[in-house]
Amino acid sequence: MDTYCVRCGAPTGEGDHAACRARVAYDPPRYCPGCARRMVVQVSPSGWSARCSAHGEVAGNAQELV
Amino acid sequence: MTTSTEPSTATDVLAAAREQVLERGEGLSQQQVFAVLQLGEDRLTELLGLAHEVRMRWCGPEVEVEGIVSVKTGGCPEDCHFCSQSGRFESPVRSVWLDIPGLVEAAKQTAATGATEFCIVAAVRGPDARLMSQVRAGIEAIRAEPATAGINIACSLGMLTQAQVDELAAMGVHRYNHNLETARSHFGSVVTTHTWQERAETLRMVREAGMEVCCGGIMGMGETVEQRAEFAVQLAALEPDEVPMNFLIPQPGTPYEDYDVLAGPEALRTVAAFRLALPRTVLRFAGGRELTLGDLGAEQGMLGGINAIIVGNYLTNLGRPAQADLDMLTELHMPIKALNETL
Repeated sequence: MDTYCVRCGAPTGEGDHAACRARVAYDPPRYCPGCARRMVVQVSPSGWSARCSAHGEVAGNAQELV
Repeated sequence: MTTSTEPSTATDVLAAAREQVLERGEGLSQQQVFAVLQLGEDRLTELLGLAHEVRMRWCGPEVEVEGIVSVKTGGCPEDCHFCSQSGRFESPVRSVWLDIPGLVEAAKQTAATGATEFCIVAAVRGPDARLMSQVRAGIEAIRAEPATAGINIACSLGMLTQAQVDELAAMGVHRYNHNLETARSHFGSVVTTHTWQERAETLRMVREAGMEVCCGGIMGMGETVEQRAEFAVQLAALEPDEVPMNFLIPQPGTPYEDYDVLAGPEALRTVAAFRLALPRTVLRFAGGRELTLGDLGAEQGMLGGINAIIVGNYLTNLGRPAQADLDMLTELHMPIKALNETL
Protein backbone atom coordinates (compact mmCIF):
# COMPACT_ATOMS: atom_id res chain seq x y z
CA MET A 1 0.00 0.00 0.00
CA ASP A 2 1.51 3.31 -1.10
CA THR A 3 1.66 5.91 1.64
CA TYR A 4 2.38 8.90 -0.56
CA CYS A 5 1.15 9.99 -3.97
CA VAL A 6 3.88 9.50 -6.58
CA ARG A 7 2.77 12.61 -8.45
CA CYS A 8 2.27 15.25 -5.75
CA GLY A 9 4.02 13.70 -2.76
CA ALA A 10 1.09 14.24 -0.38
CA PRO A 11 -0.25 11.37 1.76
CA THR A 12 -2.58 9.24 -0.31
CA GLY A 13 -5.09 9.18 2.54
CA GLU A 14 -5.39 12.96 2.65
CA GLY A 15 -6.95 15.28 0.12
CA ASP A 16 -8.20 14.65 -3.39
CA HIS A 17 -5.81 12.99 -5.80
CA ALA A 18 -8.22 12.84 -8.73
CA ALA A 19 -6.08 15.25 -10.73
CA CYS A 20 -3.02 13.12 -10.01
CA ARG A 21 -4.79 9.98 -11.17
CA ALA A 22 -5.90 11.74 -14.33
CA ARG A 23 -2.31 12.49 -15.25
CA VAL A 24 -0.73 9.21 -14.19
CA ALA A 25 -0.58 7.92 -17.77
CA TYR A 26 1.48 10.93 -18.81
CA ASP A 27 3.76 11.51 -15.85
CA PRO A 28 6.38 9.17 -14.42
CA PRO A 29 6.42 8.94 -10.63
CA ARG A 30 8.17 11.93 -9.06
CA TYR A 31 7.84 11.17 -5.35
CA CYS A 32 8.73 7.98 -3.53
CA PRO A 33 5.51 6.22 -2.48
CA GLY A 34 7.22 5.06 0.70
CA CYS A 35 8.74 8.28 2.04
CA ALA A 36 7.69 11.15 -0.31
CA ARG A 37 11.28 12.04 -1.18
CA ARG A 38 11.62 13.63 -4.62
CA MET A 39 13.11 10.94 -6.83
CA VAL A 40 15.71 11.23 -9.57
CA VAL A 41 13.79 10.30 -12.72
CA GLN A 42 15.11 9.48 -16.17
CA VAL A 43 12.66 9.10 -19.02
CA SER A 44 13.68 7.15 -22.12
CA PRO A 45 11.76 6.61 -25.37
CA SER A 46 10.20 3.40 -24.11
CA GLY A 47 10.32 3.62 -20.35
CA TRP A 48 11.38 5.42 -17.21
CA SER A 49 13.38 4.84 -14.05
CA ALA A 50 12.95 6.59 -10.71
CA ARG A 51 15.47 6.42 -7.87
CA CYS A 52 14.83 7.22 -4.23
CA SER A 53 17.93 7.72 -2.10
CA ALA A 54 16.33 5.68 0.67
CA HIS A 55 14.28 3.06 -1.15
CA GLY A 56 16.19 2.40 -4.35
CA GLU A 57 15.15 2.36 -7.99
CA VAL A 58 11.94 1.40 -9.72
CA ALA A 59 11.38 1.32 -13.46
CA GLY A 60 8.55 0.78 -15.87
CA ASN A 61 6.71 2.09 -18.85
CA ALA A 62 3.59 4.08 -19.53
CA GLN A 63 1.34 1.08 -19.79
CA GLU A 64 2.28 -0.17 -16.35
CA LEU A 65 1.23 3.13 -14.83
CA VAL A 66 -2.24 3.22 -16.31
CA MET B 1 -16.31 30.16 -27.90
CA THR B 2 -15.84 29.91 -31.63
CA THR B 3 -18.78 31.13 -33.64
CA SER B 4 -20.33 29.41 -36.59
CA THR B 5 -19.33 30.65 -40.02
CA GLU B 6 -20.89 30.75 -43.44
CA PRO B 7 -20.25 27.97 -45.95
CA SER B 8 -17.57 28.37 -48.56
CA THR B 9 -17.90 31.23 -51.03
CA ALA B 10 -15.62 32.51 -53.76
CA THR B 11 -13.93 34.82 -51.24
CA ASP B 12 -13.88 32.34 -48.41
CA VAL B 13 -10.48 31.80 -46.82
CA LEU B 14 -10.54 28.06 -47.49
CA ALA B 15 -11.44 28.63 -51.12
CA ALA B 16 -8.55 31.07 -51.36
CA ALA B 17 -6.28 28.59 -49.59
CA ARG B 18 -7.22 25.86 -52.05
CA GLU B 19 -5.99 28.01 -54.92
CA GLN B 20 -3.04 29.63 -53.16
CA VAL B 21 -1.67 26.83 -50.98
CA LEU B 22 -2.85 23.61 -52.57
CA GLU B 23 -2.39 24.61 -56.19
CA ARG B 24 0.55 27.02 -55.99
CA GLY B 25 2.27 25.93 -52.76
CA GLU B 26 2.26 29.42 -51.29
CA GLY B 27 1.61 29.62 -47.56
CA LEU B 28 -1.14 31.74 -46.10
CA SER B 29 -0.52 35.28 -44.88
CA GLN B 30 -0.92 36.24 -41.22
CA GLN B 31 -4.34 37.70 -41.94
CA GLN B 32 -5.40 34.53 -43.72
CA VAL B 33 -4.10 32.29 -40.93
CA PHE B 34 -6.03 34.43 -38.46
CA ALA B 35 -9.18 33.95 -40.55
CA VAL B 36 -8.62 30.18 -40.57
CA LEU B 37 -8.14 30.13 -36.81
CA GLN B 38 -11.49 31.85 -36.42
CA LEU B 39 -13.43 29.30 -38.45
CA GLY B 40 -16.22 27.62 -36.56
CA GLU B 41 -16.32 23.98 -35.59
CA ASP B 42 -18.81 23.44 -38.41
CA ARG B 43 -15.91 24.10 -40.82
CA LEU B 44 -13.35 21.98 -38.99
CA THR B 45 -13.77 18.85 -41.09
CA GLU B 46 -13.47 20.89 -44.29
CA LEU B 47 -10.39 22.65 -42.93
CA LEU B 48 -8.66 19.44 -41.88
CA GLY B 49 -9.44 17.89 -45.24
CA LEU B 50 -7.81 20.76 -47.10
CA ALA B 51 -4.76 20.70 -44.82
CA HIS B 52 -4.42 16.98 -45.50
CA GLU B 53 -4.62 17.55 -49.25
CA VAL B 54 -1.90 20.20 -48.95
CA ARG B 55 0.31 17.86 -46.96
CA MET B 56 -0.18 15.04 -49.49
CA ARG B 57 0.42 17.33 -52.46
CA TRP B 58 3.56 19.07 -51.20
CA CYS B 59 5.05 16.56 -48.75
CA GLY B 60 3.69 13.17 -49.77
CA PRO B 61 2.21 10.32 -47.77
CA GLU B 62 5.32 9.40 -45.74
CA VAL B 63 5.48 10.12 -42.04
CA GLU B 64 8.78 11.00 -40.39
CA VAL B 65 9.10 9.18 -37.08
CA GLU B 66 11.39 10.41 -34.32
CA GLY B 67 12.41 9.49 -30.80
CA ILE B 68 13.86 11.91 -28.27
CA VAL B 69 15.72 11.69 -25.00
CA SER B 70 16.95 14.10 -22.38
CA VAL B 71 20.72 13.86 -21.82
CA LYS B 72 20.67 16.50 -19.11
CA THR B 73 17.43 16.94 -17.20
CA GLY B 74 16.43 19.76 -14.85
CA GLY B 75 18.43 22.52 -13.21
CA CYS B 76 18.11 24.89 -16.16
CA PRO B 77 18.96 28.51 -15.31
CA GLU B 78 16.32 29.89 -17.70
CA ASP B 79 12.76 30.75 -16.70
CA CYS B 80 10.65 29.41 -19.56
CA HIS B 81 7.31 29.48 -17.75
CA PHE B 82 6.03 26.26 -19.28
CA CYS B 83 9.03 24.16 -18.32
CA SER B 84 9.30 21.75 -15.40
CA GLN B 85 13.08 21.68 -15.88
CA SER B 86 13.71 25.28 -14.89
CA GLY B 87 15.71 25.52 -11.68
CA ARG B 88 13.80 28.68 -10.85
CA PHE B 89 10.50 26.93 -10.11
CA GLU B 90 9.37 24.54 -7.37
CA SER B 91 9.07 21.65 -9.78
CA PRO B 92 9.30 18.00 -8.71
CA VAL B 93 11.77 17.36 -11.54
CA ARG B 94 15.28 16.75 -10.19
CA SER B 95 18.51 17.13 -12.11
CA VAL B 96 20.00 14.06 -13.74
CA TRP B 97 22.51 13.28 -16.48
CA LEU B 98 22.15 10.37 -18.83
CA ASP B 99 25.33 8.36 -19.29
CA ILE B 100 26.64 7.13 -22.64
CA PRO B 101 25.22 3.58 -22.34
CA GLY B 102 21.87 5.16 -21.52
CA LEU B 103 22.06 7.37 -24.61
CA VAL B 104 22.88 4.40 -26.80
CA GLU B 105 20.01 2.41 -25.29
CA ALA B 106 17.62 5.30 -25.98
CA ALA B 107 18.81 5.42 -29.59
CA LYS B 108 18.29 1.67 -29.89
CA GLN B 109 14.76 1.96 -28.52
CA THR B 110 14.09 4.67 -31.08
CA ALA B 111 15.60 2.73 -33.98
CA ALA B 112 13.52 -0.31 -33.04
CA THR B 113 10.37 1.66 -33.90
CA GLY B 114 11.58 2.25 -37.45
CA ALA B 115 12.29 5.90 -36.71
CA THR B 116 14.75 7.80 -38.87
CA GLU B 117 15.38 10.56 -36.35
CA PHE B 118 16.85 10.52 -32.87
CA CYS B 119 17.15 13.81 -31.01
CA ILE B 120 19.44 14.40 -28.04
CA VAL B 121 18.04 17.17 -25.83
CA ALA B 122 19.46 19.08 -22.86
CA ALA B 123 17.82 21.52 -20.45
CA VAL B 124 20.39 24.29 -20.62
CA ARG B 125 20.72 27.91 -21.70
CA GLY B 126 23.46 26.68 -23.97
CA PRO B 127 25.95 23.83 -23.85
CA ASP B 128 29.15 24.01 -21.82
CA ALA B 129 32.31 22.01 -22.54
CA ARG B 130 31.10 19.08 -20.44
CA LEU B 131 27.84 18.79 -22.34
CA MET B 132 29.50 19.15 -25.73
CA SER B 133 31.89 16.37 -24.71
CA GLN B 134 29.01 14.17 -23.59
CA VAL B 135 27.16 14.75 -26.85
CA ARG B 136 30.25 14.03 -28.91
CA ALA B 137 30.89 10.78 -27.04
CA GLY B 138 27.23 9.84 -27.29
CA ILE B 139 27.10 10.38 -31.03
CA GLU B 140 30.26 8.34 -31.54
CA ALA B 141 28.83 5.50 -29.44
CA ILE B 142 25.50 5.56 -31.27
CA ARG B 143 27.28 5.48 -34.62
CA ALA B 144 29.28 2.44 -33.43
CA GLU B 145 26.13 0.55 -32.43
CA PRO B 146 24.89 -1.74 -35.22
CA ALA B 147 21.29 -1.61 -33.99
CA THR B 148 21.13 2.13 -34.70
CA ALA B 149 22.82 2.00 -38.09
CA GLY B 150 22.13 5.02 -40.23
CA ILE B 151 19.74 6.79 -37.89
CA ASN B 152 19.85 10.57 -38.24
CA ILE B 153 21.02 12.31 -35.10
CA ALA B 154 19.60 15.68 -34.17
CA CYS B 155 20.38 17.85 -31.16
CA SER B 156 18.58 20.42 -29.04
CA LEU B 157 21.05 22.02 -26.67
CA GLY B 158 19.82 25.59 -26.33
CA MET B 159 21.56 28.67 -27.64
CA LEU B 160 24.86 28.09 -29.39
CA THR B 161 28.03 29.99 -30.13
CA GLN B 162 29.40 29.93 -33.65
CA ALA B 163 32.15 27.54 -32.50
CA GLN B 164 29.55 25.16 -31.05
CA VAL B 165 27.49 25.31 -34.23
CA ASP B 166 30.57 24.41 -36.24
CA GLU B 167 31.44 21.61 -33.82
CA LEU B 168 27.97 20.04 -34.02
CA ALA B 169 28.01 20.28 -37.81
CA ALA B 170 31.40 18.57 -37.84
CA MET B 171 29.99 15.79 -35.63
CA GLY B 172 27.44 15.11 -38.36
CA VAL B 173 24.39 16.44 -36.51
CA HIS B 174 22.01 16.81 -39.39
CA ARG B 175 19.25 18.84 -37.75
CA TYR B 176 19.19 21.23 -34.82
CA ASN B 177 16.08 21.99 -32.79
CA HIS B 178 15.66 25.36 -31.18
CA ASN B 179 12.06 26.41 -30.71
CA LEU B 180 10.99 30.03 -30.81
CA GLU B 181 8.12 28.71 -28.64
CA THR B 182 5.57 31.43 -29.37
CA ALA B 183 4.91 34.63 -31.29
CA ARG B 184 7.56 37.28 -30.93
CA SER B 185 4.98 39.63 -29.39
CA HIS B 186 4.21 37.05 -26.67
CA PHE B 187 7.70 35.73 -26.01
CA GLY B 188 8.46 38.20 -23.22
CA SER B 189 5.48 36.85 -21.27
CA VAL B 190 6.84 33.32 -21.50
CA VAL B 191 10.58 33.82 -21.03
CA THR B 192 12.41 36.73 -19.37
CA THR B 193 15.96 35.38 -19.17
CA HIS B 194 16.70 35.60 -22.87
CA THR B 195 15.11 37.04 -25.96
CA TRP B 196 13.36 35.83 -29.08
CA GLN B 197 16.15 37.44 -31.09
CA GLU B 198 18.83 35.45 -29.23
CA ARG B 199 17.06 32.26 -30.21
CA ALA B 200 16.71 33.44 -33.79
CA GLU B 201 20.44 34.12 -33.93
CA THR B 202 21.21 30.49 -33.09
CA LEU B 203 18.85 29.38 -35.85
CA ARG B 204 20.60 31.65 -38.34
CA MET B 205 23.99 30.12 -37.51
CA VAL B 206 22.59 26.59 -37.66
CA ARG B 207 21.25 27.13 -41.16
CA GLU B 208 24.43 28.78 -42.39
CA ALA B 209 26.44 25.81 -41.09
CA GLY B 210 24.38 23.49 -43.29
CA MET B 211 22.33 21.78 -40.60
CA GLU B 212 18.59 21.47 -41.04
CA VAL B 213 16.55 23.88 -38.93
CA CYS B 214 13.90 22.50 -36.58
CA CYS B 215 11.89 25.26 -34.95
CA GLY B 216 8.42 25.18 -33.48
CA GLY B 217 6.64 25.99 -30.30
CA ILE B 218 3.95 25.35 -27.76
CA MET B 219 0.29 26.21 -28.20
CA GLY B 220 -1.86 27.17 -25.24
CA MET B 221 0.50 29.43 -23.29
CA GLY B 222 -1.94 32.33 -23.02
CA GLU B 223 -1.30 33.63 -26.51
CA THR B 224 -4.18 35.22 -28.38
CA VAL B 225 -5.50 33.81 -31.64
CA GLU B 226 -3.90 36.79 -33.36
CA GLN B 227 -0.56 35.86 -31.83
CA ARG B 228 -0.98 32.27 -32.93
CA ALA B 229 -1.39 33.54 -36.49
CA GLU B 230 1.60 35.82 -36.00
CA PHE B 231 3.68 32.87 -34.85
CA ALA B 232 2.72 30.75 -37.85
CA VAL B 233 3.97 33.33 -40.33
CA GLN B 234 7.06 34.12 -38.28
CA LEU B 235 7.96 30.44 -38.47
CA ALA B 236 7.19 30.36 -42.19
CA ALA B 237 9.55 33.29 -42.72
CA LEU B 238 12.35 31.17 -41.23
CA GLU B 239 11.70 28.45 -43.82
CA PRO B 240 12.37 25.70 -41.28
CA ASP B 241 12.86 22.12 -42.36
CA GLU B 242 10.71 20.97 -39.45
CA VAL B 243 8.17 22.55 -37.13
CA PRO B 244 7.33 20.57 -33.99
CA MET B 245 3.90 21.45 -32.61
CA ASN B 246 3.59 21.05 -28.87
CA PHE B 247 0.51 21.65 -26.76
CA LEU B 248 0.96 22.94 -23.23
CA ILE B 249 1.14 20.30 -20.54
CA PRO B 250 0.55 22.33 -17.36
CA GLN B 251 3.49 21.28 -15.23
CA PRO B 252 3.32 21.26 -11.42
CA GLY B 253 5.31 24.08 -9.86
CA THR B 254 5.58 26.18 -13.01
CA PRO B 255 3.80 29.51 -13.54
CA TYR B 256 1.52 27.74 -16.01
CA GLU B 257 0.53 24.84 -13.77
CA ASP B 258 -3.09 26.01 -13.55
CA TYR B 259 -3.51 26.80 -17.24
CA ASP B 260 -6.22 24.87 -19.05
CA VAL B 261 -5.25 22.26 -21.58
CA LEU B 262 -6.05 23.46 -25.10
CA ALA B 263 -9.42 22.20 -26.34
CA GLY B 264 -9.14 19.45 -28.94
CA PRO B 265 -10.94 21.28 -31.78
CA GLU B 266 -8.81 24.37 -31.18
CA ALA B 267 -5.65 22.29 -31.32
CA LEU B 268 -6.74 20.62 -34.56
CA ARG B 269 -7.67 23.96 -36.10
CA THR B 270 -4.21 25.24 -35.19
CA VAL B 271 -2.52 22.21 -36.73
CA ALA B 272 -4.38 22.72 -39.99
CA ALA B 273 -3.75 26.48 -40.00
CA PHE B 274 -0.01 25.91 -39.53
CA ARG B 275 -0.03 23.43 -42.41
CA LEU B 276 -1.66 26.04 -44.61
CA ALA B 277 1.04 28.53 -43.60
CA LEU B 278 3.83 25.99 -44.07
CA PRO B 279 2.83 23.74 -46.98
CA ARG B 280 6.24 22.12 -47.53
CA THR B 281 7.55 21.80 -43.98
CA VAL B 282 7.80 18.67 -41.88
CA LEU B 283 5.04 19.34 -39.34
CA ARG B 284 5.50 17.17 -36.31
CA PHE B 285 3.13 16.16 -33.53
CA ALA B 286 5.16 16.65 -30.35
CA GLY B 287 4.50 16.97 -26.63
CA GLY B 288 1.03 17.33 -25.19
CA ARG B 289 -0.93 15.73 -28.02
CA GLU B 290 -1.99 12.81 -25.84
CA LEU B 291 -3.42 15.12 -23.17
CA THR B 292 -4.94 17.58 -25.63
CA LEU B 293 -6.23 15.31 -28.36
CA GLY B 294 -6.34 11.75 -27.10
CA ASP B 295 -6.24 8.82 -29.53
CA LEU B 296 -9.03 9.99 -31.84
CA GLY B 297 -7.67 13.52 -32.05
CA ALA B 298 -4.24 12.20 -32.94
CA GLU B 299 -5.75 10.43 -35.93
CA GLN B 300 -7.60 13.56 -36.94
CA GLY B 301 -4.35 15.50 -36.75
CA MET B 302 -2.59 12.96 -38.94
CA LEU B 303 -5.42 13.49 -41.42
CA GLY B 304 -5.27 17.26 -40.93
CA GLY B 305 -1.79 18.31 -41.98
CA ILE B 306 0.64 16.50 -39.70
CA ASN B 307 3.34 14.44 -41.44
CA ALA B 308 5.75 13.62 -38.62
CA ILE B 309 5.45 12.31 -35.12
CA ILE B 310 7.44 11.78 -31.95
CA VAL B 311 6.83 8.24 -30.79
CA GLY B 312 7.22 6.91 -27.28
CA ASN B 313 8.01 9.14 -24.36
CA TYR B 314 9.05 12.77 -24.25
CA LEU B 315 11.68 14.44 -22.07
CA THR B 316 9.96 14.41 -18.70
CA ASN B 317 6.48 13.22 -19.65
CA LEU B 318 5.26 9.94 -21.02
CA GLY B 319 3.68 9.39 -24.41
CA ARG B 320 1.50 6.54 -25.43
CA PRO B 321 3.33 3.33 -26.40
CA ALA B 322 5.20 3.68 -29.71
CA GLN B 323 3.42 0.64 -31.10
CA ALA B 324 0.06 2.39 -30.71
CA ASP B 325 1.25 5.18 -33.01
CA LEU B 326 2.81 2.75 -35.47
CA ASP B 327 -0.46 0.82 -35.58
CA MET B 328 -2.31 4.08 -36.18
CA LEU B 329 -0.07 4.89 -39.15
CA THR B 330 -0.68 1.43 -40.58
CA GLU B 331 -4.43 1.86 -40.26
CA LEU B 332 -4.20 5.25 -41.95
CA HIS B 333 -2.09 3.77 -44.78
CA MET B 334 0.69 6.23 -44.05
CA PRO B 335 4.13 4.70 -44.66
CA ILE B 336 6.97 5.53 -42.32
CA LYS B 337 9.69 7.48 -44.04
CA ALA B 338 12.64 5.20 -44.73
CA LEU B 339 16.20 6.00 -43.75
CA ASN B 340 17.39 6.42 -47.32
CA GLU B 341 14.65 8.85 -48.27
CA THR B 342 14.23 12.54 -47.78
CA LEU B 343 10.95 14.34 -47.58
